[in-house]
Amino acid sequence: MYQTDMYEGMLAETVAIQGYKGDVINAYSARPLGAGPFPGVVLIHHIPGWDEWYRETTRRFAHHGYAAISPNLYYRDGHGTPEDVAAKVRAGGGVPDDQVVGDVEGAMRWLRSSPSSNGKVGVFGTCSGGRHTVLVASRVKGFDAAIDCWGGRVVMSKEELTPKQPVAPIDYTKDLSCPLLGLFGEEDRGPTPEQVAQHEQELKKHGKTYEFHMYPKAGHGFFYYDRAAYRQEQAMDGWKKVFAFLEKHLSAPAKRGA
Amino acid sequence: MCTMIANQAKIWGSGKGTRGWFTLREVNVSYDHPFNLSLEHALNIDFVNESEGPGARVAVELSVESARQLVHTILATLERAEAGGYLEPTENA
Repeated sequence: MYQTDMYEGMLAETVAIQGYKGDVINAYSARPLGAGPFPGVVLIHHIPGWDEWYRETTRRFAHHGYAAISPNLYYRDGHGTPEDVAAKVRAGGGVPDDQVVGDVEGAMRWLRSSPSSNGKVGVFGTCSGGRHTVLVASRVKGFDAAIDCWGGRVVMSKEELTPKQPVAPIDYTKDLSCPLLGLFGEEDRGPTPEQVAQHEQELKKHGKTYEFHMYPKAGHGFFYYDRAAYRQEQAMDGWKKVFAFLEKHLSAPAKRGA
Repeated sequence: MCTMIANQAKIWGSGKGTRGWFTLREVNVSYDHPFNLSLEHALNIDFVNESEGPGARVAVELSVESARQLVHTILATLERAEAGGYLEPTENA
């Protein structure tokens, strides 16, 4: 718990990392000042893009004692305002799953290569980033915890599969390599509570470690304070669960925050 | 959820964006998360010119009812113009 006489400092900046196929992409990094060791978290941004909410949330993880990094998954689609770039990606049906997996793996390796790393890295994502979190935690070894916040299309019908998203993440469940925390809203239409239950059944079937929470009176994106979907009570409880889960699985970071 | 429902058409026209008027070459229509409208999903229309980068964009986010109303209004306007003999054939469209 933060005490008012504690020193507190943070380094937050744009960095370059190697992503899918060795491509250099940019990323936003935030970490506490000091030698560490710090556990790491990769943040996978949502379909509205590599936006202010994601840069703020990257700093939030650093404030709580984590070395955090959010790769710009839309780097190859050009530069402009986050909205303009995200609109371009939206029009093109999103980014390819393989590319996302490669970029997030690159971010994880970047964190692990830091001399201040404690050797553990988690992955966090919301919306499309929640879906990508499940995908990456299943296809890449090296994560110690995964947090899926209302990721839609983890369960996909055959009609929804595309060349860019050729496999439903639920079909990789047997390969999930770390504990999974899922936060969902009862009023969400994607994922619906039924789809979340289907995912849960698959996790049980394969004996995976997971923790799912379904919030009443909440829909899609209930953490987003800048959207009508924000639900204060559910969001604050969700954040508590996020940090408790990370502390449990990434070993105890420096006691900070609040 | 992110629906990934999107369609594109080639168009020809002119749009006014943050940097002034520019030539429109494509229109992207999606039913997915809007950036600004207070809805989980909206009918989003982006008039763009891809050759000029992501910033060459005029954006509109509409409720479903509004989008249907827009379609009806456009078609009604064109029908009236056609009936009056006003339609101009364009080579660039």
